[in-house]
Amino acid sequence: MDSALIPRGVKRCPFPQFILFIAIVGAVLLWGVYAMLLCWFKGLNQTNMNDFYGFALWIWADLAVIAVGGGAFFTGLLRYIFGKDDLKNIINYAVLIGFICYSSALLILAIDIGQPLRGWFIFWHANVHSMLTEVAFCLSCYFGVLTIEYIPLVLENRQINKVPFFHHLGHNMHEIMAVFAATGAFLSFFHQGSLGGVAGVLYGRPFAYREGLFIWPWTFFLFTWSAAACGPCFTILVTKITETVTRKKLVKDTAIQLLAKISGWMILTYSIAKTADTWYWATVTVPSLGQTLMDFYSNNPFYGIWILILEIAICGFIPAFILITKKGRKNSAALWIAVFLAVTGVCINRWVMVLQIMAIPVLTFENWVLYLPSWQEIATTILPLAYGVILIAISYRYLPVFPNEPELNPIETLPAEEEEAVEPSVELEQELKPAEA
Amino acid sequence: MKHKNAKKYGMVIDLDKCTGCGSCMVACMAENNVPFRKDESNKVLSITWLRVYQLTNGKPFPNTDICYLPRPCMHCEGQHEGHSPCVSVCPAVATDYNTETGIVSQIYTRCFGCRYCMASCPYHARYFNWWDPVWPDGMEKYLSPNVSPRMRGVVEKCSFCFHRYQLAKEKAFKEGRREIKEDEYQTACTQACPAGAITFGDLNNPNHAVSRMVKPDPKHHGRPTNPNAFRLLERLGTNPKVYYLSSREWVRRAGDNYLENEAKYKKTVHQG
Amino acid sequence: MFPFSFEWIWDMGHVVFMGGLWYALTILGIGMSYCIIKAAMDACRGNDEHHH
Repeated sequence: MDSALIPRGVKRCPFPQFILFIAIVGAVLLWGVYAMLLCWFKGLNQTNMNDFYGFALWIWADLAVIAVGGGAFFTGLLRYIFGKDDLKNIINYAVLIGFICYSSALLILAIDIGQPLRGWFIFWHANVHSMLTEVAFCLSCYFGVLTIEYIPLVLENRQINKVPFFHHLGHNMHEIMAVFAATGAFLSFFHQGSLGGVAGVLYGRPFAYREGLFIWPWTFFLFTWSAAACGPCFTILVTKITETVTRKKLVKDTAIQLLAKISGWMILTYSIAKTADTWYWATVTVPSLGQTLMDFYSNNPFYGIWILILEIAICGFIPAFILITKKGRKNSAALWIAVFLAVTGVCINRWVMVLQIMAIPVLTFENWVLYLPSWQEIATTILPLAYGVILIAISYRYLPVFPNEPELNPIETLPAEEEEAVEPSVELEQELKPAEA
Repeated sequence: MKHKNAKKYGMVIDLDKCTGCGSCMVACMAENNVPFRKDESNKVLSITWLRVYQLTNGKPFPNTDICYLPRPCMHCEGQHEGHSPCVSVCPAVATDYNTETGIVSQIYTRCFGCRYCMASCPYHARYFNWWDPVWPDGMEKYLSPNVSPRMRGVVEKCSFCFHRYQLAKEKAFKEGRREIKEDEYQTACTQACPAGAITFGDLNNPNHAVSRMVKPDPKHHGRPTNPNAFRLLERLGTNPKVYYLSSREWVRRAGDNYLENEAKYKKTVHQG
Repeated sequence: MFPFSFEWIWDMGHVVFMGGLWYALTILGIGMSYCIIKAAMDACRGNDEHHH
């Protein structure tokens, strides 16, 4: 039915099956949209946020998707600026994942603010000294960069590519992609950092506050670093999941291995830096404010010291050691575990740097306050996930996201009786070239 | 630009006098058109610009002691003037530090409700309008015309009754004066307190009662030199303009965090 | 955001922050304009040399 749109040399499932899949995920998406509309029309009273939890699940989700979306800028930086050519096989997917993450972050922010119609004030009346302003500017600009990086892939769709203008546009954009990637890396460095700065500058909150360099608290650098370290792991994780779902090898091992290795060293150095930061904060900063490390970790089982150990040791050093060793990253199960742990680690870090800050009282006569999100908050947080799955499904079906796919999955060798795969009604070309990255 | 004769309005609350009656809270709500809901029992959702806390020394009877602590916005000065925790983080300049008065104000029509200021305030002095205000029938006629009610989705907080300052300035101007007298600008809570526990005035003016009571040290961001005076969370370096007085050691100690066996807080200059 | 916004101050913060922002936006703007204009010209000329 839609075979004319499917890239040459690849197999896709029958159209009705595809539509059924989209419909199921679409139902989840609609649930999220309903919750989003409730929040917009009825206000943030639909959430379980309160005056202690001005920042809650959404801000965590925002920070987390931006951190894991960091794979796009870091892979782009490695591919276009440092010339790691092997990564051309995964860069398209990294960009797509980044695009989904950043558009989701912008959507969540639009739901999160109390007066969405005034959202533009952050640009128009910008306070250049606020970390959040920097986040808003760089995030929006970098979303623009990701769109620019995603467009050439869309233009490579078989039918769109037939239009001479689009064909040339895609080609020209490829030509100067390094310029866009460099700008993206510049913007990413600042907004990833500013997100860390958001917490680090809170000098009224000893749990969040960090000293730093000039105007930038240490969290500024730690956030950029962790996003660059764990973002690629998310790219690998989603690639692995996609390969499992499609039951195909989509990206050559060389690309995955290279990304995993670089990521491993980044996670290791990050974990060391994070340990040093935590050590200094716990032994110098916090005592100078009359508190001890355990004041922040011993009120309730949820925010016990386990969360710190889980974040740094289990989800930091363990994946780092797996990924930096050849044996570790070559082992499929170990690679799965490592990327999963790394992604979990960065998400826990963002959780702690948002939610735990809010939970801890600073005044001696106040108590810890815990929070459970409302269904509207959960639905709107799942909404971007559903949207991401749909966009990946559509992109995978109609765009040459994986340049290695035809080579790794020659159509002749596939079993003819494979159920979900139908041969696209196109004449098979002999020289199936991977699409340009 | 810094005004030559800049004022620094501040408040001194004598905790030994406070009976916890709550008049200040009521006066504040009435004066500032603070919205309320039918059920105000959930204190993390209700708006109380001035909130009275009950503190206890934690000792069993008969040594139990209780102290009531009214907590308005601290109008923090920060480590350098205007670097209040909230003002420095607001992305849209919707909260402002007035260098002429030292008052931290909230611009409701500018605020877009990101709540970063709430996250930054260790005193929980900032409140979000989770709902649009709904006044009981007829009550809108009793709202103060000098204070704009707030809409859903914005943050609000104590303004030291800034509208009263403006009215006092207008009156002085009409009478051909440049300066306003101490008693011409007083907050609603100060006037409502039956025990006379709250004093309000210009901390920069040595003749004002607040100045005489706490003797702020200008070299240390106004840290009180009166041994019975303290500010909440002094060690954080927020440099509030609300001071508390108490002759009781445990009350003064409750104002800040101390390490175990830490006799008294040593001076810590913390980067703000 | 713009020098004509009333809260704009010509201080270091604004120059560095907004300078960086407008620098990035300019690069993106010029880059995209170049791509679009060149694509239109290529399409008109029927330039097909890089076609694979």
